[in-house]
Parts: sequence; C-alpha cells; structure tokens
Amino acid sequence: MKQIPISILTLIAGILVTLISLWVGQNNSLLPEQASIQAPLVDNFFNVMVAIGTALFLVVQGAILVSIIQFRHRRGDSGDGQWIEGNFPLEILWTVIPGIIVIGLGIYSVDVYTEMGGIATTHHAVQAMPVQRDSSIGINSLPTNAGEPASLVVDVSGMQYAWLFNYRDRNIVAGELHVAVGQDVLLNISANDVIHSFWVPQFRLKQDAIPGQTTHLRFVATKTGTYPIICTELCGGYHGSMRSSVVVHAPEEFDRWLEENQVA
Amino acid sequence: MTQLETPQVTDSATDRNLPKVWKWYDYFTFNTDHKVIGIQYLVTAFAFYLIGGLMAVAMRAELYTPDADLLDPNFYNALMTNHGTLMIFLWIVPAAIGGFGNFLVPLLIGARDMAFPKLNAIAFWLNPPAGALLLASFLFGGAQSGWTAYPPLSLTTANTAQSMWILSIVLVGTSSILGALNFVVTILKMKVPSMKWTQLPLFCWAILATSVLALLSTPVLAAGLVLLLFDINFGTSFFKPDAGGNVVLYQHLFWFYSHPAVYLMILPIFGIMSEVIPVHARKPIFGYKAIAYSSLAICIVGLFVWVHHMFTSGTPAWMRMFFTISTLIVAVPTGVKIFGWVATLWGGKIRFTSAMLFAIGLLSMFVVGGLGGVTLGTAPFDLHVHDTYYVVGHFHYVLFGGSVFGIYAGIYHWFPKITGRMMSEMWGKIHFALTFIGTHLTFLPMHLLGLQGMPRRVAMYDPQFAPINHLCTFGAIVLGISAIPFFLNAVWSWHYGVKASDNPWDALTLEWTTSSPPPIENWVELPVVTCGPYDYGSRDRNIAEIPQTA
Repeated sequence: MKQIPISILTLIAGILVTLISLWVGQNNSLLPEQASIQAPLVDNFFNVMVAIGTALFLVVQGAILVSIIQFRHRRGDSGDGQWIEGNFPLEILWTVIPGIIVIGLGIYSVDVYTEMGGIATTHHAVQAMPVQRDSSIGINSLPTNAGEPASLVVDVSGMQYAWLFNYRDRNIVAGELHVAVGQDVLLNISANDVIHSFWVPQFRLKQDAIPGQTTHLRFVATKTGTYPIICTELCGGYHGSMRSSVVVHAPEEFDRWLEENQVA
Repeated sequence: MTQLETPQVTDSATDRNLPKVWKWYDYFTFNTDHKVIGIQYLVTAFAFYLIGGLMAVAMRAELYTPDADLLDPNFYNALMTNHGTLMIFLWIVPAAIGGFGNFLVPLLIGARDMAFPKLNAIAFWLNPPAGALLLASFLFGGAQSGWTAYPPLSLTTANTAQSMWILSIVLVGTSSILGALNFVVTILKMKVPSMKWTQLPLFCWAILATSVLALLSTPVLAAGLVLLLFDINFGTSFFKPDAGGNVVLYQHLFWFYSHPAVYLMILPIFGIMSEVIPVHARKPIFGYKAIAYSSLAICIVGLFVWVHHMFTSGTPAWMRMFFTISTLIVAVPTGVKIFGWVATLWGGKIRFTSAMLFAIGLLSMFVVGGLGGVTLGTAPFDLHVHDTYYVVGHFHYVLFGGSVFGIYAGIYHWFPKITGRMMSEMWGKIHFALTFIGTHLTFLPMHLLGLQGMPRRVAMYDPQFAPINHLCTFGAIVLGISAIPFFLNAVWSWHYGVKASDNPWDALTLEWTTSSPPPIENWVELPVVTCGPYDYGSRDRNIAEIPQTA
C-alpha cells in the first residue's frame, strides 16, 4: 500500500485553511449595520484581519490538536521524545512571516486611517478648521473634501450623564443629534466635568470628550435611521445610562426638523 | 539522580543552627528563606484571588439583567475597580513573580537563597498591608473610577477611598521594585559556576526580562499616582483641567507602566510554560535561544506601545500611527514563543498531567487572546471597539486564559517540590475541565457584545444584549465553581497527599536534584551542571550527579 506523500497532505490542508479563512473573513457578520462612509473602510479592514486570524488560528490549533493526538504518551513507554532542539530555517520562517503580516497590517491600517480622515491630507485642511490650536485630535478632515469647511458643524458637550448638541449657526440646542444623510458633518466635542467618550457603533467612530480640550469627529452618514450614541468612558455611577441617539434624516426631513426646532 | 543523604542534611543544619524544617508559624514571621517567602506570596495571592473572584461573580450577577437592580451603581463601580486592581496587583503579579520567582529562581540556578534575603522579606511584607488598605477602602465607599483611575473622575468620586487605593498601589509598586532589584542581582551574580548562560533555565530569562521591565516602568506609575494623590488631598492641579492641569498627561504616565504591566504578568507565565512543557512532553524546548531572546525583545518593545490604550483619547494622528506599528511588532516575539512551544509538543511523548493540560489550555487560549490583541492594536479598528466588551473579552483571554492557567500549571507542576506531596490528578483534571469550559463560556461571547455595541464598565445596558450576557454569567458561575476542586485538592493534598519523590516528573532542572520539599539553604553540597536543562532524549543526559565541593 503506497502512502500519500506528506507534502500533498500539507498542500491540501493549506488550501483548505486558506479557503475557510477567506470565507470566514467575508461572511462573519459580527459587526452591526454600516451607516457612515467610514464604516465600510473599517469593516473591510476588520474582515482582512479576521481572515488572517482564522488562518493562524486554524494552523496553530491544528498543530496543537495533531500533537496531542499523535504524540500522546503511550502506556508502557517510559522513553523520551525525539531530541530536536531547534531548526534555524524554520525559526527564521516563523519570525519573518508574522513580521511581514504585521507590517502589512500596519501599512494597511495607516491607509484606512487616512481614508477615514484621521490624518489631515493637506496643511490647508487644518487651517480651514474652526478650532486652530488643537484641531489635529480626532477624525477631522475627510480626504474627499479636504480643505472645505463642513456643511454642518455641531458642538457636542458631554456631561454626567447626558449629551448636549448645540447647532450654533442655527440657534438649536438638542439632546439628540440630528443630521441629514449624505451631509458632511463636523462635531466639536468637549466635556463639562469628567472624560466621556462619544461612540456610534453603526458609524464605527469614537472619540473621547476631554475636559479642557476640544476634539473632533467628521463623518458623512450614509443611511437614514436612528442609531444609539453611547458613552464608553467610565464617567460615574450612571455611566451605563448615558445614552442618546443620532437621527439620520432624509435631506428635506432634516430641513423640516431645523425649522421646527429653531428658537425664534 | 543523586538522592541527598538525610544524615548529611541534619549535620549541615545543626552546623548552621537552623531547624530542619519550618513550622507552620514560621510562615507568619519575617522569615528570610526564599522558599518561605515564595509560599507566603503564593498563599496570600490565592487568598486575594478568591476575594477578587467573588467580586467578579457579584458583578456578573448584576449584569444578568439589563437594569441595575441588584447592586447600587456606585457600589458596582467600586467592585469593578477593586476587582481589576486586586487581580492585577495582588494576584497575578505577586503569584507569578513573587511566588514562583522567589521559590524557583535560586533553586533553578543552584543558589542557596536570593541575593538580599531581608530585602526579599520586606518586599513580601508590603503586600498584606496593601491588600488590607485596598479592602478597607470599601468602608469609605471604595475607589470608583476604574483600575485606570483617570482624572477628573478619580478626583471627584470617593476621595478617601481613592487615596487609600493610591497608597495601596504605591505599596505594591515599591514591593515590585525591591523584588525586581533582587531578582536581577540574584540571576546575574549567583548562578552556580558550572552553569553556562545557555544552560540558564528559561524561567530565569523570563524573570530577568520581567524585572528589568518592572524597574524601568513602575517608578513612572508611582510618580503619576503620587501627583494624583496631591491633586486629591493637597490642592495641586496637575490633572485638573479647570486649573490648568492636563488630564491626558495622567493617561500617558499611567499607561507607560500599565501596558508593560501586561508583560510583567505574562512573561513569568511564559517562563513557567517553557519549564512545564518540555518536562511533560519529554522533549527539549524548541529554539531555546529564540525563546530567551524573545523575552528580552518583548521587554524592550513592550516599553513603546502604551499609547494604543489612548487611540480615542487626546492623541495626535502621528502618535496613533506610530503606536499602531509598534504594537503590532510585539506580536512577532510572542508568536516565536508560541510556535516554539507547539514545536516542542510535536514529536514528543506527551503526558497529560494536570500541569500539562493547563499548559496546553493556555497555549490554545493565548492564540485567541493574541489575535484579538493584534486587531486592537490597529488604530482604525480600535476606534470602534475601544472601551467595549470586546476589550474585556480580549484581556480576560490573555489574563485568565494566559496568566491564571499558567499559574495553575505551575502549581500542579511544582506542588510536589513545594510541599513534598503530590496533588490528586483526578481532581486536577476535573478542575481543568471546569476552568476551560468556564473561561470560554464567560469571555468568548464578550467579543461579540463589544462588536455589537455594548460598552464596558456599565452596571446597566441595552436590553438587546441580555441573552449574550446570560451566557457570560453562566460561564462566570462555572468558573467560580471550578475553583472549589482546586482549593480542596490543594489543602487536602498538602496534608494527606501521596508523598512525592525528589523528582516525580523525571525533570532535568536543578530544583529536582534536592529533596522535596527542599531543605533550608536548598542543597548540602551544590549540584554540578553537566547537561542542559531540557536535554530530554539526549543520550548523554545526566545531571548533578557529582556534588560540587565549593
């Protein structure tokens, strides 16, 4: 009986691992729905990491499983295992491959971060911001509209245990954030008492509200609906109840909301 | 293996006017024997582990329902804060470094004691008052600002309790610095002359790296906390934003220590893994040098990753990018260790002792924790999951699956050496099964909670997350129950267990060349190293056969 060569088995295992990982990477549906232009960027990046992670998981756990089954101690055998102290090429291989993977992920994450508007693309963009001194903190200039002022600016302040949204230009103060779909929105985030953190899971965006320092989030909502705003930085006993909503309107609906809520 | 003659031990002991064995009350004194101090650390740490575990079960009970209906939310925050603090500063760090480090390092390198025995005792005795101070802070409401104690929240809630919390951490930090100093000198200076540097057991390399890291980073935490203490009590304004202070500065000071603290917890455990796996797999450790150097690499790179905890804070873009890359790079030396252990298993004759089960369990869980860590290290994705249950799930995989499993593996492995008796393997296996199931059931669903939108450190949450939280709470109950067979087994075996031989696992490191438990000053005559610590399967393996006359 001829044995199947070990290299063919390895090859088949490799192909299987690759296929499973790619499938898991694309079909994990672990994240909530996407509602901002940043969300698909983050999700694609996450899916790539899930695919790589699944592959590594399967390879390492597979090796552990094979070892504990195939190399288990047999009754009556008091001998030692094989005297293998190392294998230099193999060690180089498993240092270099993870090295390449993490550096690749690092470069990809810089790229995604730039696409999300985390890194000001031009110096001009920074100058166009309403707050000059500390405008580099947060996500505050989308590459698609670098240098242009946002079409809606909302001042957000966090306090124990509520969010307050101030539409300065329109004379509106609200407890919920209202924006229009497709609108280029800039949030100037501040905190009145302790540190809070502004998070909309469906936008994949989060930024701390820091006392004494303004931070920013700039986004474009891509889907109408109501999404939760959650405080994620421990801010006291009722931190868990510090929740609000962001309502993404269709443009004409948003104009109506503005009219109805404007203080005369 | 040479059996040490009992009369010789007695002679040596009378010569030095030392008792042959310690009595129970010696463990409650300012004893300077490294083994006594190691046991003191371990037993104290396990006591705090129990208390911290009960806090966790109370928190999970509260989180069974979306509303804060069982505990007052402020009390919940106090439990959450002190659970984290206890588990890090009074359980994993003291057990792994203080307990195993003190008991094993002199035995592994063939020394009679640590370099500074009295300093060692002082370092231990700073721990009980620190723990007492922390628990007493509950009388004043308990610190409620999380184990990170970010100002301005820590400046405004429960001031007395927060001050006690700070003093407690400063005491433990001092203990850690003194201990680290002692380890560095002991390992560098007191190795038995016949032991080459390439024969130094990997646990000692790990403790060396840990100590260097502790010496470099702990003072920074102490500085930050003392400034915070001044802000609370003496009217200074280092971190008060309305008086010109900077709250982000505290975060830098805090994480400069507290990220390396992760490695302080995990490096000694990596050391335990490198000792346990080869013995029970009956194979040499794969890539000794790679594992030793990777400890040192983690120590160095680990100092430059702290800002990944602050990606959503007041952090400029360039910093977010620099620290993304540096954080990802830490994965490489960690991966080298994991691959090394898996390769050690490969081709071995694996004995599924309780110690080995926990070691393999750790290996398998650390892979999950490590992959989660890589995703968290990247700024764009971290923006989504920072401060959510994804993070809670991740660090419990690393700290429970990684550290606690390692401590258990170490206890099952060295229990015969420490007490002279064997632990029950059957109960050990039941303990392992319950712990393994409980860990996955509690912490795996948390990843999903975080991805879907549940923040951490909340007593009340959105009702849509209730079903997954039920699962986590059931898991926590299983985990709580899993401790019972362990503690019963440990206490029972300590008194009535089967007497252990000097070397029940047929291991090659030096601690197994002396009696179980080892006599005071460890050996009558110091052993001579004639082969490496992991030369299983080698033909010319014999160790410490000839007593050294030095």
